[in-house]
Amino acid sequence: MIAFILRRIVQSILVMLVVALVSFSLFRYVGDPVATMLGQEATLQDRAELRERLGLNDPIVVQFWDFLSRAVTGDFGLSYRLQQPVMELILSRLPATLELALISGIVAFIVGVGLGVYTALNRRGVGSNSIMAVSLIGVSLPTFLIGVLLIWVFAVELQWLPSFGRGETVDLGSWTTGFLTESGRASLVLPVITLGLYQMTLIMRLVRSEMLEVLRTDYIKFARARGLSNRAINFGHALKNTLVPVITIAGLQMGSIIAFAIITETVFQWPGVGALFINSVQFVDVPVMAAYLLLISFIFVVINLIVDLLYYVVDPRLRVDRAAPGH
Amino acid sequence: MGFDFLRSATTRRTTSALVASAALAFALAPASAETIRWARVGDALTLDPHSQNEGPTTAVMHHIYETLVDREVDGTLEPRLATEWSIHPDDPTVWVFKLREGVKFHGGEDLTAEDVVFSVERVRHEASDFKGLHANVVGAEAIDDYTVHIKMDGPSPLYPNNLTNFFIMDKGWSEANDVVAPQNYDAGEEKFSTRNTNGTGPYKLISRDPEVRTVMQHFDGHWDEKPQVTEIIYTPIKEEATRVAALLSGEVDLVQDVPVQDIARLQNTAGINVTTGPENRVIFFAYDMGSDKLISANVDDNPFKKPEVREAMALALDRDAIMKVVMRGQSLPTGVAMPPFVNGWTEELDKYELPDVDKAKALLAEAGYPDGFSVDLNCPNDRYLNDEAICQAYVGMLGRIGINANLVSQSRSLHFPLISNRTTDFYLLGWGVPTFDSSYIFNFLVHTDNGTLGGWNGSRYSNPELDEMMQAIATEVDLEKRNEMIGQIWAQLQADRVLLPVHNQLLAYATREGVKLDVHPENTPKMTDVVFE
Amino acid sequence: MNRFARAWDSDVAYSFRHSPVAMVAAIVALTIILSAVLAPWIAPHEPFNPATLNLMDGFTPPGTPNAFTGNTFILGTDDQGRDILSAILYGARISLFVGFAAVVFAMVMGITLGLIAGWRGGWVDSLLMRIADVQMSFPSILIALLIFGVARGFIPQDMREDLAIWVLIVSIGLSDWVPFARVVRGSAMVEKNKEYVQAARVIGVHPTRIVVSHILPNVLGPVLVIATIHLALAIIAEATLSFLGVGVPPTQPSLGTLIRIGQGFLFSGEWWILLFPSVALLALALSVNLLGDWLRDALNPRLR
Repeated sequence: MIAFILRRIVQSILVMLVVALVSFSLFRYVGDPVATMLGQEATLQDRAELRERLGLNDPIVVQFWDFLSRAVTGDFGLSYRLQQPVMELILSRLPATLELALISGIVAFIVGVGLGVYTALNRRGVGSNSIMAVSLIGVSLPTFLIGVLLIWVFAVELQWLPSFGRGETVDLGSWTTGFLTESGRASLVLPVITLGLYQMTLIMRLVRSEMLEVLRTDYIKFARARGLSNRAINFGHALKNTLVPVITIAGLQMGSIIAFAIITETVFQWPGVGALFINSVQFVDVPVMAAYLLLISFIFVVINLIVDLLYYVVDPRLRVDRAAPGH
Repeated sequence: MGFDFLRSATTRRTTSALVASAALAFALAPASAETIRWARVGDALTLDPHSQNEGPTTAVMHHIYETLVDREVDGTLEPRLATEWSIHPDDPTVWVFKLREGVKFHGGEDLTAEDVVFSVERVRHEASDFKGLHANVVGAEAIDDYTVHIKMDGPSPLYPNNLTNFFIMDKGWSEANDVVAPQNYDAGEEKFSTRNTNGTGPYKLISRDPEVRTVMQHFDGHWDEKPQVTEIIYTPIKEEATRVAALLSGEVDLVQDVPVQDIARLQNTAGINVTTGPENRVIFFAYDMGSDKLISANVDDNPFKKPEVREAMALALDRDAIMKVVMRGQSLPTGVAMPPFVNGWTEELDKYELPDVDKAKALLAEAGYPDGFSVDLNCPNDRYLNDEAICQAYVGMLGRIGINANLVSQSRSLHFPLISNRTTDFYLLGWGVPTFDSSYIFNFLVHTDNGTLGGWNGSRYSNPELDEMMQAIATEVDLEKRNEMIGQIWAQLQADRVLLPVHNQLLAYATREGVKLDVHPENTPKMTDVVFE
Repeated sequence: MNRFARAWDSDVAYSFRHSPVAMVAAIVALTIILSAVLAPWIAPHEPFNPATLNLMDGFTPPGTPNAFTGNTFILGTDDQGRDILSAILYGARISLFVGFAAVVFAMVMGITLGLIAGWRGGWVDSLLMRIADVQMSFPSILIALLIFGVARGFIPQDMREDLAIWVLIVSIGLSDWVPFARVVRGSAMVEKNKEYVQAARVIGVHPTRIVVSHILPNVLGPVLVIATIHLALAIIAEATLSFLGVGVPPTQPSLGTLIRIGQGFLFSGEWWILLFPSVALLALALSVNLLGDWLRDALNPRLR
């Protein structure tokens, strides 16, 4: 057990190192912060001095080592663009993204499971077929287009919901929340739909196919033979067995929801880390981009680790193998 | 369109007094507490008033800090913290500024000449992004509490034009908070002044979350009449569609960067007003006419060196089509790379050739390229109004005369380095002229690159004779003679076809009904000018 | 191969004949693919040749003559005077090319790595699956942005435009190999312990031959399903990358680029610039998705 945990942790650290190297080297070569940061009046000498000051003239290995040793302590320096410590900046934007991701995840999970069960139980029904068809339209449209269309219909034409931002937020010390105000809750609706739609479809299809598999198994047949009610069989046995892999995958999807928030946040001007990342990419704000990538992979590695350990606890046979996320 | 730029300071004061009294009468209407929700594409980069010379930053700063002189919507200089200014009668190298009395900073401190002297030193600091505009200053001196002398290294008749973005800070506050030097933005420095302010401006900072929301409230101790707008909520919204949607759905009152295609729809929407006006910015193409060989061309020489090729390229450019379709009328096609606001502009220069494909083809053949040639065209896609679409349109026009331009369009953070590092053969650029004088164009765009001047001379144009004249106009006191020299320089530049101007862009501000605001030529609107109807 | 062919003859074909949805989807997908392939011969204009465009044709509404030039276009024109119908045909060509190439890239890479992992086992397997895990955590968009950035750094500026489409293919392909690898690895692990494989190994049959003749046929079905679904994903990924501004050059727009351009005209009344390319993309992705869906059910007899 301890050896297994240790191995997983060492692997996770290696993963983080690779991500660090990738994010560092990627952003070392994109764009030129110097030209962006200097105004139109800068001279060639100004440029040379700035390169020197930013350490852009040091050997790459030195730059990477600097980056790494500071990253471990959470010090990513100052954002080139916003002149604020990167960590502070990311922590101040994280609540917005996490609230959005969390609500999207929960909504996607509840609706996805509900529709999944429904479509599995009424496999040949008209309702279930239309749900499957609509869900396919949902995954066949790019996220950004869905967001724009929602804004057009619900914000501009109907004027029911806000088109951008988080509305009024309440500051709870180190966390700002939009849950406590009406405008904050209203502002969540469209981004949550945009972000959650894709995940919801994934979960729905997963639940549907898992349910269908389970319903075919012998023990369900025995249960029926024993005369248990349909309700008890469907929800007491079939759904229960379905949910283990579904919850796992939903957990693993949290990381990707946070990252997919990039597009949603861009469209809705949502003040989270995703929007921060894309704005930073445009400005070649290296420290923010590097920190963002590391943060996302860190969140994932932690979730992954927890899921692994849980699996190990639940079923020792499973060790390295586990269900591949559905597609 | 142009205004008489070189009137003496005295006449200017008289006019401004008239304008001021008119404005006063207007402002006396009962002003209730009103909030304006102001949205534009980007946020201020910092709140340090001397750290970043960049449009959106300056626009925000003008609400919190104030300048000695101010540029009005019609382009003229107006008194602000300085009530009058003139050249010292005994010494042509000294500018005398009389300060307004009874001005208070947000922290309660009085504005005195010492603060101005301090600010002059601060803005000339190495870390200041505005130091180039004060390069000829030798030093400032407080004569009494309300008189400042600024000593120049030579006669500088146009210096006040460089002061429209020169913000005055409080000496005591700056010393107490260790911000005597400006924040060194380029070195990634952060200072108290990055997020804290103490200006004399009409609004004080209440809260700020960079890129999300900045709130300002009217400062009760401000010297001027109370404006109608008493609270400003400033929100950057990057996506065009979201920005327009926010106005249509009533979440913001003012959108400063309106996409040209949405102007018509907004104009026809009940409850929305759109105001348009020219920006002091010209959009042009430039090409490397200095190197022997191009980086991206498929020929072994440099076609741009040949006057026939440059003429052919000008004849291929259909400015009217770009104005009508790409810009939907929101541009003023021009034949000179200089906005009409700028001293040196004439209607004669502004005239442009009509496209002539056959003649252009003939010229290309004459220059030795009967089958044309191919070259990359570099273009930003997030800086000017429809920049990428303009480039695309020109690619098509060049294609018709046989020049195969390969469009490379990218973000401004990747585009501008190509020009400053001289790694582009052919590119689009827009140039704003904050001093309203031709020398600003000459010094950056066409003067031979010598490390200080010519930093943006991606054309690699070099004409020693012109260089001499460009330097001479900096200290020429005889304004008539100076204008004549400017005219001569432009004549030569036009003859050499150094830059290929397209148009001056028009700006559009959209507001909800009942909010009135004129377009500001430098695109730095002031909320004090907002009138609620 | 035999087993697969037989299955195709009986079950799958039967299922297809009895699934109107699958038939309609197949017709739509084939129509789009064919017209995209034949675009140079059937498109009324040449949208990728800037010299043939007339800027004054810009913003012509569908079916009505242009106010300046009097030209009429069935689906109207965009901001550059490009005929939308031709642009969609040529754009679908690019989207499909990127999609197919990315999926083939992902498939080859995934199958190879999956086989290696499953066959070799041990630390090789462990390492590859760890990499796969990490990769799954990063949405393809993020990985593509990453790869795109790296490529930018290494490709000389004057070659970037020519290589942009290949960078796009590699970016999308590289982020999509994992599902292929997982399926193939699972199958390889199961098969390699079967007695006949053990026996074949003992008598000295080359591992490559075992793999090709015994393992691959087993996974062809699932691989085909994954490939179909990922084709739709790749097409959408290309559109999203174009939306974020890192796609193909605007002078050669793909469906995604056309939508990005059209999005700017959502409020201004030129709805056709956004609508038609969106519908084309939706029809393409949806029909491919439906085919994938049907294929999965058809190849999984228990679900029928």
